[in-house]
Amino acid sequence: MLAASEVLSPLRDGWFLQNAWLAPVVPTIGFAFIILFGKRLPKKGSEVGVISMLASLVLASGAAWQWIQRVGDAGEEQFVSPVIRTWTWWQSGGMEFTIGQHIDGLTVVVLFVVAFISTLVQVYSLEYLRGDRRYTHFFAALTLFSAGMLAMVIAEDMILFLLGWEIMGLCSFMLIGHWWEDGANSRAALKAFFTVRTGDVGLLVGISILFFAANEWTTTNLGVSGFSIRGLSAWALSGEPNSTVILVAAIALFIAAIGKSGQFPLHTWLPDAMAGPTPVSSLLHSSTMVVAGVFLVARLYPVFFTGLDILGPSSNVIMIIAAITIVTAAALAFVQTDIKRVLAYSTVSQLGYMMLGLGAGAWLPAVFHIFTHAFFKACLFLSAGSISHSASHHSFDMKKDMGGLRKHMPITFAAWTVSTLALCGVFPFSGFFSKDEIIDNVGGNGYTFFMVVGLGGAFLTAAYMTRATYLTFFGESRGAAAGEHGGDEHDAHAHDAHDGDNATATHDSHDTHRGPHESGVLITAPIAILAVLAIFSGLFNATPFGESWEYMKKWVEPRAVEVISESHSGGPGEAFVLAVPNAESGYSDSPCGKETPKDGVCYAPQVNHAKFKWSKALLSLAIVFAGIAISWMLSAAFYGRRDPRLVGLTERNVIARTGYRLLANKYYLDRLYERGIVSAIVGPLARSAYWFNQQVLDGILHAVARVSRAAAQVVYRDIDQRLVDGAVNASADVTKAAGTTVQPIQSGRVGHYGALLFATAAVAALVFVILNT
Amino acid sequence: MFAAELLVAQNIGFAVIALMMIVAALRVVTTSNVVHAALWLVVVLGGAAAQYILLAAEFVAVTQVLVYIGAVMVLFLFGTMLTRARIGAERDLNNAYWRLGIPVAGALFAAMAIALVSSFGDEQLPAEPEVTSVQQISDQIFGPYLLPFWALSFVLLAAIIGAIVLARKD
Amino acid sequence: MLTSQFLLLGAILFCIGVYGVIARKNAVLVLMSIELILNSVNINLLAFALRNGSADGHTFALYIIAVAAAEVGVGLALVLLIYRNRRSIGLDELSEMRG
Repeated sequence: MLAASEVLSPLRDGWFLQNAWLAPVVPTIGFAFIILFGKRLPKKGSEVGVISMLASLVLASGAAWQWIQRVGDAGEEQFVSPVIRTWTWWQSGGMEFTIGQHIDGLTVVVLFVVAFISTLVQVYSLEYLRGDRRYTHFFAALTLFSAGMLAMVIAEDMILFLLGWEIMGLCSFMLIGHWWEDGANSRAALKAFFTVRTGDVGLLVGISILFFAANEWTTTNLGVSGFSIRGLSAWALSGEPNSTVILVAAIALFIAAIGKSGQFPLHTWLPDAMAGPTPVSSLLHSSTMVVAGVFLVARLYPVFFTGLDILGPSSNVIMIIAAITIVTAAALAFVQTDIKRVLAYSTVSQLGYMMLGLGAGAWLPAVFHIFTHAFFKACLFLSAGSISHSASHHSFDMKKDMGGLRKHMPITFAAWTVSTLALCGVFPFSGFFSKDEIIDNVGGNGYTFFMVVGLGGAFLTAAYMTRATYLTFFGESRGAAAGEHGGDEHDAHAHDAHDGDNATATHDSHDTHRGPHESGVLITAPIAILAVLAIFSGLFNATPFGESWEYMKKWVEPRAVEVISESHSGGPGEAFVLAVPNAESGYSDSPCGKETPKDGVCYAPQVNHAKFKWSKALLSLAIVFAGIAISWMLSAAFYGRRDPRLVGLTERNVIARTGYRLLANKYYLDRLYERGIVSAIVGPLARSAYWFNQQVLDGILHAVARVSRAAAQVVYRDIDQRLVDGAVNASADVTKAAGTTVQPIQSGRVGHYGALLFATAAVAALVFVILNT
Repeated sequence: MFAAELLVAQNIGFAVIALMMIVAALRVVTTSNVVHAALWLVVVLGGAAAQYILLAAEFVAVTQVLVYIGAVMVLFLFGTMLTRARIGAERDLNNAYWRLGIPVAGALFAAMAIALVSSFGDEQLPAEPEVTSVQQISDQIFGPYLLPFWALSFVLLAAIIGAIVLARKD
Repeated sequence: MLTSQFLLLGAILFCIGVYGVIARKNAVLVLMSIELILNSVNINLLAFALRNGSADGHTFALYIIAVAAAEVGVGLALVLLIYRNRRSIGLDELSEMRG
């Protein structure tokens, strides 16, 4: 072990890094303030929400800036230790539980993204929800959501992480069901809540397993509890953990990530969650909350790295789930008529990309995709909201109420186009840099099949986004976009129909009667800002331009070096000092993740970065452009000219019809979940086989039916009536007899109960004594 | 030499007090007079306080005397007087099935006695124990065991309110 | 002094208390028997505290005394209420919970 202190250059940690924990605290206070006094304030509490989010944004930006400085101070191969502050909140019988902040590159990226988009969405909501009946509650929930997400992001330990995670789940439920008077909305809220809760069980189980497995190691070696994220990271890479235990824990945590991030097969809640107001879809269900699952995997990456053998020779569960998600969700986006649902499936698919990147060892591209995706997807959702607000009379139906809007809404159209290009991954836009990086690195790490899936997904993405763009902005205007007033009931998908007579009346008076028009500045300004970021945010890690443009890699990626902990964190605010044992050798051949470090610990596994090649990038660009072109031609032919070869294809062609039905019914997953496993296994099979049955198997079926009916009669008469019924009756008799026998024990006398209680205890104690002697 | 004498004195003291406590405890559960039972209970509790001193727990012993013998016993006597007009011997203080208690208690004692003797056997307690100071105890209460202390405060508060609510006449 | 002599004393008191809880009909006497049980636990705690040389046992003995005080307060209030409603505190007669 080399003496480490001489190679350490001091790392700066400024006020903002030390006090990043204020970022979630401020919105929490804001939330309490809105709930208590919001209705009495002149702007109904919305100003508190916006101001607290602005304060959070300032704190997050300051932390990001000082983190960049801190990384700049550090040597090229030095471990940039996270800024950790902890406070003990519970101490009992030698156990100490702390709460605190863990600020590193990943934290500041997500912290900034969440604070930034939250601020913009709150500004947008000022206009979008004006006059809403539960205006104050909306801002309260939105602010609480931001507090929860920020708390989860800065969490130093899994308990705070879990707390933030659950707060987000609660707020998601409240916001999806914001207009709960409509039964569909409250059903969607319940569905989202229960589906995500199904995954949350995994989080709880995973945290518990990790705590019991790691606590002893982390306490002795690092002086932190088994809940601590850095403790768990170091433990996972120490070579200490039992492979089965860590595998089970990683899978349990991944189930939680599946639920939250809408991965197959728990993705079904996310499209339904679009029942909430558009700002909610934009903030929670596209750019921030749903990346919590991805964030969980990125945060505890060493656990997944070791547990699931990432970068190992075979494909792991994360990649498989992610690949399925990318393709299935993208395919579903083709049959949606609701513009928000298209975007929802697109989100699911993009989250699949992030997961694919994490599963394939492309940690940095995945995190970078969180960053870029947040901007362009939030922009797309806000544009959709802008359309429904000002042009389509609160409808989201692309086929019925949109079309030809590019002339009426130039700003929205421009923002939408830019974001679409970014989402598709066209060259100078941000999505190209992140998505292509993921695909590139997946291939670079040797997973060729998954690279092909990624490219296929890129093709599908380009195609369905082109279709949505065509339907919305091109062709002739239809329905509400053409100035028809169908009223709210004309469309079952009019989720965003404002409730309350006053609200509807004001909207009718100043919105709909003017026909489609551009939205106000409070709506267009956030969209414009996000659109600018959708163009330029990719430059933060522009791999094609060379090493010097890889800012994200420098700032965010934890350096996989072996470190010795010099002192344990103690009282409030004491920083965690880490030293590098052999800084000269660098981390390009670090032992982290490959072999067990003996004299120190690792906090991040060593991952590879694929070398950027223009040839590969051009291939994926060609695929994207092919997707756009084919989809454009088909859309124009199908929706524009009503080409007779295409119209009605799903009725005429068997394959097309089966495929369409499968997609329109969302692979029957909803029915699977709703009707329970038994009937659901029968249901889809029966439906997809229906046509075949009708035409070919009818005769055979009748014969089988006759035979089985005869058999059934035999079964009924002899087995069912005599054997089964007999058994049932007998068991009922036994139960009754037992009840009658035991009933006197229930004497109602306290003394009797006491005697029974102590007698049982005595017998149990005697058994134990005998067993032990 | 001195220590040995002290040890003998301690053992004799323990034996005398323990015998007294056991007899008194038996009287508590067998006497036919509620007030007598309460007074026998005083003997048991006082004996327990003496045992605590033998166990070098002076603060607990003092608290035992103050809280139990001072306050709790007064409560018991009040309870007896408020619910019984007559203070004197009564019949039927026992249940009809009181014999059930003997085998249960016996079996429980057998189990515990076997377990205790087999696991502790001849193990000696420290001959000259350090008396635990009040400061040490308060450090414990307001340090690591602060949370139970808070919980206990709430229990007491709830008990006070509950007792008032239950005992109100209206 | 042996460790086991205190523990055995605690065990004896505990069993006498258990007998009292089972055998007694009068609610006040049952409460007294519960006090016996709690005291036996205290003796155990203090014996172990001396044996291990830590003050934890003392802390919990004090907590038990406080809980016992609360329990007696509420218990007697209940007894008073029962007496007021039925002119009797025989636990035997409170058998509405019979199955």
